[in-house]
Amino acid sequence: MILGHQIEKIIAGFGATHVVWVPDSTLGAWEEALEASASFELLRVCREGEAWPLAAGLYLGGKSPLVMMQTTGLFESGDALRNALFDLRIPLFALIGYRSYLLKDSPDTARKFAEPILDAWGLSYELINGPEDLPKLVAHHRACRIAGKPGVGLIAEGRG
Amino acid sequence: MTLGDALQVLADRRRDQVVVTTMSAARQWMRTSDHPLDLHFVPSTMGGGLSLALGIAIARPQRDVIVLSGDGCLLMNLGSLVTAAVSNRPNFTVIVIDNGVYETTGGQKLVTTGSPVDLADMARATSFANVTEFDSLAAWKDGAETALQQPGPHCIILKVAPNYDDYALNPPGPMSERLDAFRAALASR
Repeated sequence: MILGHQIEKIIAGFGATHVVWVPDSTLGAWEEALEASASFELLRVCREGEAWPLAAGLYLGGKSPLVMMQTTGLFESGDALRNALFDLRIPLFALIGYRSYLLKDSPDTARKFAEPILDAWGLSYELINGPEDLPKLVAHHRACRIAGKPGVGLIAEGRG
Repeated sequence: MTLGDALQVLADRRRDQVVVTTMSAARQWMRTSDHPLDLHFVPSTMGGGLSLALGIAIARPQRDVIVLSGDGCLLMNLGSLVTAAVSNRPNFTVIVIDNGVYETTGGQKLVTTGSPVDLADMARATSFANVTEFDSLAAWKDGAETALQQPGPHCIILKVAPNYDDYALNPPGPMSERLDAFRAALASR
């Protein structure tokens, strides 16, 4: 399980100025650490469809936002994502909580559709199973930034 | 009041604020204004203009940011009104173009059309620092200067007549070029 102070350090290392988020039960455990960060500001939105244009506005204003939400929020906010990443061509990076990924044989449709949806959007993603994978997240973020492309870190969720 | 008249009043009083527009307001603002700090959010995600503008306002606290949003757009992303109010940014103003219809698709009714739902009451309930309504061109002309100087977050509701004849909305050029120019203008001022 990735702890709040661990992910805060990673996001700070990204150079993020803002984290725009709608939490779930896994990401939500990071709230205290994210809110206490001296490196970035945590911004709450009511629904995931707000997160992408808000982050796009921050980017246009010269900041370096990161978007954080669950796969269900990814599904909900598809049109906002489409517009920000593909119409506006803003290379936002997101951490997406991969609901039920760690529950083998889970019937959760949020698990079933997560990767096909990311593939359909053509988004480059890296699966992060736990703290041991955080170097992969750092490398993926760096690669996306160098390429000037959006990207996703998929945070495995569902372990009891 | 017509949308054209309403936006001319704003253009006449606009100083160096960022003005973000979407949908019908974008169509009309393109005809009314040519300013480096105009951002025509076209193509957009419907209802996303307020959030985009709020992001700019947060990123640039020394810069006043105005977003022109239709009532249909606002209703589609109503939570963004709450987010804007609670964010409590004094440099942020949302002007709601309240025409009671989905104008850019030809004038279909909104879910609120003919109902007692009041957008100004909603804005007050979400704790906007200031909420102002104008239902005539004369009142808007008289009150615009003062209203635009009110500290934000400020919500201004403009009651305008729908336009059923001239609603086509086309992008004013490649988005990537427009965004580059806008970012440069934002950074240089």
